[in-house]
This record gives sequence, structure tokens and C-alpha cells, in this order.
Amino acid sequence: MSAARAFRFDYDRALSTTAAWALALVWFAPLIYAVWTAFHPTEFSTRFVLTAPLTLENFAAAWNAAPFARYFLNTVLLVTSILIGQFVLCTLAAFAFARFEFRGRDTVFVLVLLQLLVMPDILIVENYRTMRFLGLVDTILAIGLPYMASGFGIFLLRQTFKTIPKELDDAARVEGAGFFTILMKVYVPLAKPTYLAYGLVSVSHHWNNFLWPLIITNSVETRPVTVGLSVFASTDQGIDWAVITAATLMTSGPLLIAFLLFQRQFVQSFMRAGIK
Amino acid sequence: MGPTAKRTWIHAWLFLSPAMILLIAFTHYPAAVTLFHSFFSTPRGKREAKFVGLENYETLIADSTFWTVLVNNLWYALATIPLSIGIAIAMALWVDSKLKGRSFVRMAYFTPTVLPLIAVANIWMFFYTPGFGLIDQIRGAFGFAQQNWLGDPESALNAVIVVAIWKEAGFFMIFYLAALQTIPTSLREAAAIEGAGRWYFFRRVTFPLLMPTTLFVSVNAIINSFRLVDHIFIMTEGGPDNASSLLLFYIYETAFRFWDTAYASTLTVVLLLILFTVAIGQFLLLDKRVHYR
Repeated sequence: MSAARAFRFDYDRALSTTAAWALALVWFAPLIYAVWTAFHPTEFSTRFVLTAPLTLENFAAAWNAAPFARYFLNTVLLVTSILIGQFVLCTLAAFAFARFEFRGRDTVFVLVLLQLLVMPDILIVENYRTMRFLGLVDTILAIGLPYMASGFGIFLLRQTFKTIPKELDDAARVEGAGFFTILMKVYVPLAKPTYLAYGLVSVSHHWNNFLWPLIITNSVETRPVTVGLSVFASTDQGIDWAVITAATLMTSGPLLIAFLLFQRQFVQSFMRAGIK
Repeated sequence: MGPTAKRTWIHAWLFLSPAMILLIAFTHYPAAVTLFHSFFSTPRGKREAKFVGLENYETLIADSTFWTVLVNNLWYALATIPLSIGIAIAMALWVDSKLKGRSFVRMAYFTPTVLPLIAVANIWMFFYTPGFGLIDQIRGAFGFAQQNWLGDPESALNAVIVVAIWKEAGFFMIFYLAALQTIPTSLREAAAIEGAGRWYFFRRVTFPLLMPTTLFVSVNAIINSFRLVDHIFIMTEGGPDNASSLLLFYIYETAFRFWDTAYASTLTVVLLLILFTVAIGQFLLLDKRVHYR
């Protein structure tokens, strides 16, 4: 009896392991395929023979065909400026929501949460009009500005700040510290894991963002890599698969490598950001 | 307001105002002004925008492209949401169990989340290429005829849906993974003692306990199905004949290719209405069915 049960259990487990692995391979297939195509000459793009020679030429061709260095610089500038903006603005706002009792607080907080529903991503028509009015069209600042006051960031930090015991800042108050000092000396250091989690989520989100940057930029000096890649892949139709795939891998490369290296932190960060 | 309350109020707003100014400028103000502009005509050249009442909405109702795109988007949402959630739950259960090679499997599931949608669209496009693409090669090995997945109005939208599911399932898995870890192991032990099978345990214990997560993920999935259109740009451009176009893509085309901003505003109002309906639905559901007893 017990032997039969043990056998059945193993059978179950083997089945679910196989299914899990099959799904993993399907999920990984596009990436494996991209790596294969990018590192082999074009004639092997659709022929999978193990003896195919390896090459870096596709990467060189892609790199020389479009100003990717500049695109990368733009993306790095964009992602950093958004991150700094978000950290500063969301920290200040979250502190106000977590520690001050003031009239209308709940109403204002609902207004903040509204942004989780209506993201700037869909308000492209009016935000473009605003940017034109501000004279910011085709600047990196214009790509990042709508995202800096992030409802998600404020919410996440407020939840963290609320878990910090009030006695800590009462003690600091007794010693004569002002609100800003308390925020910087007590709250921010204690919320470090949240900042890391939020930072990773934010960087990967904005590295990958496409629609708004496509609309608001129109020159090499401002385009992030995602937009650069789409321009590259659509204008040069004579370019072959291998080169486009190399460009594709290149644009996702830094993020992908960071993810593979810090896989655990990434997953935990997204988890932490998700639970709140 | 007493003097202390007033001081607190001033302090609070000193901290709040930088974020609130930007938030209002790029979320609340544009949302409100979108509605306003939908009652005006598009300014062209020397002709200024003038009040036209409901004219844009009449155009909308008569616009067959709008209806195609709306139906597409609803189908896109209806197909992506349950499928990606179902796959996400399976993924989470697997990754949470004592699986061989668990860290590789988890990585494989999660990778699409960190890749730019616009970049992976390129790779998927090659999968779908008639004849040479991977899918047709595999089908060819079994003797099927080649098919133009992205060029055929019958299959274009579904081809795009597959990419969306692939992109999102791993992301949703994370939320389920987090939720699974809060389920006490004593429940599983108790069920084992009672002789409950694994499927029974999932159906009667795990799944109900995951309900709040499912609601949260569903709302996210709905929002995403109206927000994520990047892959359309690379894979189909909404074609053939709008067969794979989605609402936000149509808004983009209307505003930035045809420069009809008033009509784009009208379309955006529809999108906002859909999102508000979702929010109200979530609010009503939240207290009722989600929480297990």
C-alpha cells in the first residue's frame, strides 16, 4: 500500500517536473533563438547545425549601422534622471502621507492612487500638447517628467514608512531634529530595501518604455535605445535578420546581464514591490 | 483649524507639493482636458478649434475602424488575462515546489519581464515569418502548409496575443509566488493527514487563498491590455486592415499620423471610461467575493 502510494507520488512529480521544464524551454526559446541568430552568420539564421561558425560580425554591423552609442547614453541619462526624480519626490510625498495628520489627506491620497489606473502612458495627446507648450519637445527631460511623480512609488514608500515605529521619530524630535532631518536620518536608511526594490522595477520599466519616448523625441540626440531600435529595424529593410537580432540583443543586453547576475535580487524586488 | 493643525498642514504640503504638482500636471490635468477637447474641433492651420458639441462622438459611433479596434481590444483582454493568469499560477506552483533545476526554471519564466517588448517583438516576428520562421519550420516537419501568421486577418490578432501572454505570465507569477509563501505549511500538513489529494488541496485551499492576488493581478492585466501596444508597432502596424490594431495604437495613429487631435481626445475618453469602469468594478468586488472566509 505505502509502496504503491510512493510510486504514484513519484509519477505525479515526474509529470509536473516535465511540464514545468517544457514550459520553461518554450518561455526561453525566443532568447535562445536570438542568441543563436546573433552569433552566427546569416545563412545559419534558420538552419540549426552545431558546426556553424561563431561570429561577432552581426554586432559590429548593427553597431556601425546606427548611432547606438548615443542611444545608450540617452537611455542611461533618462533612466537615471527618472530614478533620482522619483526617489526625491516620492520620498517627500510618502513621508507627508505616512507621518502628518492633515485635513484632506485621504482625498489627496486617492488622487495619488488614481495614477495606478490612469498612467501617463495613455494620455499621450494632452501630454504632448503640454510639452510643446513648455518648449520641451525632443528633450530627455520631456520623456522622464511625466513619470517622476509616481503614484506607485509614493504608495510603496508610504507603506514602508508606516511600518517604522513612531517612537523613533519622537525620540529624534526630542533631541531637536527637524522633520527633514528625521526623514533623512531615520526613515530613508530604514527603507533601503524598498528603495532597492523600487529602483530595480523603475529602471527596468523605463529602460523598456517605448510609446511615449517615440512620440516626444525626433532626433538622435534624445532617442532612447528602444526607439532607436525600432527606427533601425523599420527603416533599413535591406538589413538581414542576424543584424536586427544582434541589435535587439544589444539593446536589452545591459538589463539582461544585470538580471542574470542578480536574478534573486530582481525576483525578490519585484515580489517586494508587488506585495505592498 | 487650530494653530498646530495649521502648522502641520503647511508642513505636510511643503513635503507634498513637488510631487503633487507633477502628478496633477501629467495625470489629472490631461485627463480632464481630454474630455474638454473632445467637444472641440481639431485646429488646422489658421482655423482655430471651435466648439462642436457631440460631433466627435457622432463620428466615433459611425467610425467602423473604432468598433473594429474596440472589439479587438476586448478580445485581446479576454484572451490574455485568463490565459496569462492561469499560466502564472502554474508557474508559481512549480517554482514554489521542490522542483529539479528550480532556479533555471524561475529565470526562464521571469526573463520576458525584463526584456523590452519592442525588442522581443523583433524576435517573435522572425518566429512568425511564413516559410522560414521557426513556427512554420516546425509545422513543415509535420507536413503542414506554411502560413502568413501576421499577414492574415484571421490570425494576426491571435499572434499578437501570444506575445502578450508570453511577456506577462512571468511577471504575474511573481505576485503568486509572494502570495504562496504566506500560506502556512501547517495547512498542507493537515490536508495531507486528512488524505486530501494535491488537486483537491489546490482547488479547495490554495486557489481560494490566492483570490486577493488574482483580483490584484486581474486589474493589472486589464490595465496592461489597454496600455501595452509596443509590439504592434513592430509586428503588424495594426494591420492587415486594422485586424490587430488596439485602442491605444489607434489613438496614436489618429493623433500623430493623421494629426486629428480632437478625435484622438474623443478616443482617449473612451479608454478612460473603460479604465474607470474597471476601477469601479474592482471597488465593488473588493469587499464581497474576494476574501475567503
